[in-house]
Amino acid sequence: MVGYIFKRVLQALPVFFGTTLLIYFMVFAMPGDPIVAMFGDRGVNQAVYEQLRAQYHLDQPFLVQYFYYITGIFQGDFGTSFSGQPVGDVLAATFPVTIRLALMAVTIEMLVGIGIGLFAGLRKGKLFDNSSLVMSLLLISTPVFVIAFVFQFVFAIKLGWAKPTVSGAAGFTELLLPAVVLSTLAVAYIVRLTRSSVIETSGQDFVRTAYGKGLTRQRVVRVHILRNSLIPVVTYLSIDFGVLLVGATVTEGIFNVPGVGRTLYQAIIRGEGPTVVSFVTVMVLIYLAVNLITDLLYAVLDPRIRYGK
Amino acid sequence: MRFKKLGLIAAALATTVALSLTGCAAGTDGGNNNIISINGSEPQNPLIATNTNEVGGGLIIDNIYAGLVYYDADGTPVNDMAESITSTDNITWNIKIKSGWKFTNGEEVTADSFVNAWKYGALYSNAQLNSYFFDAIEGFSYEEDTELTGLTVVSPTEFTVKLTSAQSDFPLRLGYTAFFPQPQAFFDDPAAFGENPIGNGPYKLAAEGAWQHNVDINLVKNDDYKGGRVAKNGGLKIVFYATLDAAYADLLADNLDVMAGIPDAALKTYKDDLGDRAVDQAAAIFQSFTIPSRLEHWSGEEGALRRAAISQAINRQEIIDVIFNGTRKPARDFTSPVIAGWSDALEGSDVLDYNPENAKALWAQANEIAPWTGTFELAYNADGGHQGWVDAVINSIKNTLDIDASGKAIALFSDFRTEITEDTITAPFRTGWQADYPALANFIAPLYQTGAGANDGDYSSAEVDALIEKGNTAKTLDEANKAYQDAQVILLKDLPAIPMWYGVSNGGYSTLVSSVEFGWNSVPVLHNVIKK
Repeated sequence: MVGYIFKRVLQALPVFFGTTLLIYFMVFAMPGDPIVAMFGDRGVNQAVYEQLRAQYHLDQPFLVQYFYYITGIFQGDFGTSFSGQPVGDVLAATFPVTIRLALMAVTIEMLVGIGIGLFAGLRKGKLFDNSSLVMSLLLISTPVFVIAFVFQFVFAIKLGWAKPTVSGAAGFTELLLPAVVLSTLAVAYIVRLTRSSVIETSGQDFVRTAYGKGLTRQRVVRVHILRNSLIPVVTYLSIDFGVLLVGATVTEGIFNVPGVGRTLYQAIIRGEGPTVVSFVTVMVLIYLAVNLITDLLYAVLDPRIRYGK
Repeated sequence: MRFKKLGLIAAALATTVALSLTGCAAGTDGGNNNIISINGSEPQNPLIATNTNEVGGGLIIDNIYAGLVYYDADGTPVNDMAESITSTDNITWNIKIKSGWKFTNGEEVTADSFVNAWKYGALYSNAQLNSYFFDAIEGFSYEEDTELTGLTVVSPTEFTVKLTSAQSDFPLRLGYTAFFPQPQAFFDDPAAFGENPIGNGPYKLAAEGAWQHNVDINLVKNDDYKGGRVAKNGGLKIVFYATLDAAYADLLADNLDVMAGIPDAALKTYKDDLGDRAVDQAAAIFQSFTIPSRLEHWSGEEGALRRAAISQAINRQEIIDVIFNGTRKPARDFTSPVIAGWSDALEGSDVLDYNPENAKALWAQANEIAPWTGTFELAYNADGGHQGWVDAVINSIKNTLDIDASGKAIALFSDFRTEITEDTITAPFRTGWQADYPALANFIAPLYQTGAGANDGDYSSAEVDALIEKGNTAKTLDEANKAYQDAQVILLKDLPAIPMWYGVSNGGYSTLVSSVEFGWNSVPVLHNVIKK
C-alpha cells in the first residue's frame, strides 16, 4: 500500500512539469500584450512600457521566462500579481474558500443523491422512483446559471433568506446557497447512478445468500447492497469534487464568491501569467491527489480490489 | 471490521469539513451601521497615486487623499489643500497650500510632500503609469532619469511649477489622482506603502491590511481632514465584484448601499426596480470609432467624402434606443455635455445627423475619385460587450450605402490595443475616452494633437495643432474653450474619428441611504451620502 502510494506520487512529478510548461506556453502564446492593456484606452507610454515588460520578464524568450518561474516556485515564490500581491498569498486566500464550497456541495450531493437513489432503486417502478426520474431530468436539462439566478432572485432578493452574494469571510451559512446550486446537477446524476447500481446489485447472488443467511433487510441493504453499489458513485463524486475544486467560475461569479474560479477568470482576462500558471498547477496537483484517494477508496469499498504487494 | 474502516473514513471526512468550516469568521459587518457600502473592483496595481490609472484603484485613492483641488459634482474645481494657484503667463505657476494639514500618520503635509511625490511620479526609472501627466513640467524626460527642474520649493507652504509651454488649463488638472501628495513613508518603501497607503483625505484605511485582495477594502472617516469634502458618514466599504450582475442583486436586497453602473441585463428594468433611487445622468465619456488615414480609400479628398458619408449613414438615435435602451446621448461634438464649454451647435455638426440621401450622394462622389473596393469593417474587442452596437452600426451603414460591411471581433482587449498601438490593425476600430479632468482640452489634445499619446489614428493637422496651442496659452478659460471649439470645427470636417454618442452614468442606491449624487466623472460623491 505505501509502495503503491509512493509510486503514484512519483508519477505525479512529470505530470507537474508537463502541465506547468504547457500552461505557461499557452499563457505566453495568448494574443495581446497585458502591459498594453494596463494603459487602457490611453496611449502607451513607451518608456514605462519597456520597464514594466522587463519587470515581469515579458521581454525574455519563452524558456527563460519559464525558467524564472520554475526556479521561483522551488524557492517558494509563485511570482507577483499586477496589483503587487504575491501569488502565494492569492492562492492561500482563495483555495480555502473554494475547498469549503466544494466540500459543502459534495456533502449535499452525497446525502441527497445517494439517499434518493437508494430509495428509488429499492422501490423500482413505484411512484417515488418515477418522480425522482422526472426531478433528475429537470435538473440535468437546466443550465447551472439559470438555477443560480433563479435561486438568487427567489431566496435572496424576494424571500430574504440569504444574502445574494458572499462576503469576504465566506462563512458556512453564506456559502449554503451557492453550494446547493452547485450540487443540483450532480445530485441528479448521482440519483440515476445509485438507482441503477442498487437495482443491479440487488439481483446478485451474494444478496440472495445474505437473505438466505437470515439477515434482516435493513442489514442486507446497508452492508451488502449499498456498499457494493457505491463504486460508480464514488468515482463520479471524486471527479465532481475535482471539478468543483478547480473552481465553479460561473457560479462563483454570480454569487461573487472570492474563490478560485472567479480569481482565475480575472487573471486570464488580465493576462497575468504567474497567477494563471500557479492556479492551474495547484489544480493539477489537487486533481492528482483526489484521483489517488479515489483509487484507495475502491479497496475499502470492494474487498476484491487490492493494491501493491 | 471493514465497516469500521468505512466509518473511520467518514469520520475523517467529517473532521475535514468541520475544520475548513471553522476557518470562517462569524459576522460580516463590524456592527458599525454608519458605513456606506459601494461596488468597486480589485485595483489592478498597488495603491500608489501616480501609478493608478483605472477606476478600481482610483475610487479608493480619490477618497483617501486630498490634492490641491477637488472637483465638485458638476466638475468645477474647488481648492482643497490649495490656498491659491496663480500665474501671470500660464507658464510659471505659484502654488500656496494651507498649513496645519496632516497625513493620517501625523506627518505634516508641506510643499515638499507635493514636490517629492510629483518628482517620483515623473522619474523615468520609476515607470509610473501616470508619468505623462508631468510631461508639461520643465525637466521631464521620456528617455532617461532627469531632475524635474521646474519644481521649486519656496517655503513649507509654497512652491512654484515652471512648465515648458503655456497651459491655461493646468490648475484644472491638479485634482487628478497623479497630483496627490505623499508622506515620507511612501518613499521609504513604495511597494509596502501601496498595500497600506497613508493619505490626507476625507477617509483613511480602517486598519493595517484593510485591503483584502479580491474581496473588499474598508475605509473610515478621517477626523483630521479639514477640506470641503468632510464625510457625513462613518466610513466606506468598497466591495469588489466580479460582475455588475452580482452587485445589482445585492443592491436589490439592500445588501449594497450605492451602486455605480447597471448591468446590461437590467438596463430595461432598473428604473422600475429602483424607482426614484435610480440614477441616470450624462457622463464625461465620449465614444467614437477611428478610421486611420493610412487605410486605402480613407485619405485625402476621397477619404473626407467617405468619412462624412459614413457618419451620416448611421442612425445614432435609433441604435441608442434599440441597443442601449436610450441610455446614451447622440454625439454633437468630440467632448461631453458635462464639461464647461461644450456646445451642441458647432459649425458643421450637421455631419453627425442621420441623412441617408446625403450619405449616398457623398459616397457616390467619392467613388468617382476612386471606386470603392472590399468590405467596410469595424473592429472591436469581443470581451467588452461591444458586439451589439457594432452590428447595429454596420447594418445602418450597409443598408444606407449598399456596400459590404461587417464587424470584426478581436478576442481580448489587450490584443485589440496592441494591434492599434502597433498600427497593424487593418480596419477602422472603436475608440472611447473618459475624461481625467473636466476640461475640453482633455478631450482634444491627447487624442488629435500630432504625435499625442492616445492619437490612435495618427491624425495630424497643422490647424488643429495651432488651435490647441492657442487654447493652451489663452489667458482665460473662456478664451481657451473658444479655441478648442474652433479646433473641433476642423475635426468635424476631417472626422479622424466618427463621433457616436456620449456615455451616461447609470446607477442606483439602496433604501438605507439618502443624499446620493453622482459626479461629473460618473463616480458617486461618497462623502455626502447619509445612512438613514
